[in-house]
Amino acid sequence: MSNLLIIFRKAPVGSSWAREALDLALVGAAFGQQASLLFMGDGVYQLLDHQQPEQVGQKGTQAMMKALPMYDIEQIFVAEHSLNERGLSQNDLGFACELIDQGTVQQLLQSHAQIFNF
Amino acid sequence: MNYSLAIYGGPYSQQASQSALNFARAVLERGHQIQRVFFYHDGIYNGSALISPPQDENNVSAQWQALAQEHGTELVVCIAAAVRRGLLDEKEAGRYSKPVHNLAEGFTLSGLGQLIDAGMSCDKLVTFGV
Repeated sequence: MSNLLIIFRKAPVGSSWAREALDLALVGAAFGQQASLLFMGDGVYQLLDHQQPEQVGQKGTQAMMKALPMYDIEQIFVAEHSLNERGLSQNDLGFACELIDQGTVQQLLQSHAQIFNF
Repeated sequence: MNYSLAIYGGPYSQQASQSALNFARAVLERGHQIQRVFFYHDGIYNGSALISPPQDENNVSAQWQALAQEHGTELVVCIAAAVRRGLLDEKEAGRYSKPVHNLAEGFTLSGLGQLIDAGMSCDKLVTFGV
């Protein structure tokens, strides 16, 4: 069970939240924390395949996302209702992740001692 | 209890820093400690030595400096978030060959590990400005 939960709620471009949240996840893992990531709201757009952040002069989060296994971050959750609300499905996602319902989101929040919300 | 604060909101554009100051004073008044204030995202601008508000407005960085001096609170600014936004201490200004540095006295640049550490080692970590 992980002790650090990072919640991603912002789109990958348009602000630096996604990158800076991911930076924190990687540093947390480097500090020996077992980290889980939860993508919800507009944060689910970070998981989409075929992103072109360079079109808007940004670096995006794809390369960092691909580095997650190297940091032993393997628990990646996505709120299913957030995907549904945006007309997306697991087939649209470029990363392996576990779809969870609202009840499981609540359980994740309750079971983690440390939560960072971005 | 031992508290740390994380501040993500910039001064004068968000209420975050002022709310955090009010919260910090309330915490200290009740006999608790504030070990560290960590500035991340646009919150790093709270550490600018060049903040110059009109005379009838609060100077947030001066208020943080006063609080830190009185209570021994560490004011830590994320180095990666700060440097790319143009907030440098003397050492970083040298490293990037910049003619000036602008980190306010009493603030230090350090890594994100300081935020992780605050979450691990303090009883409570409270965030302002998301």
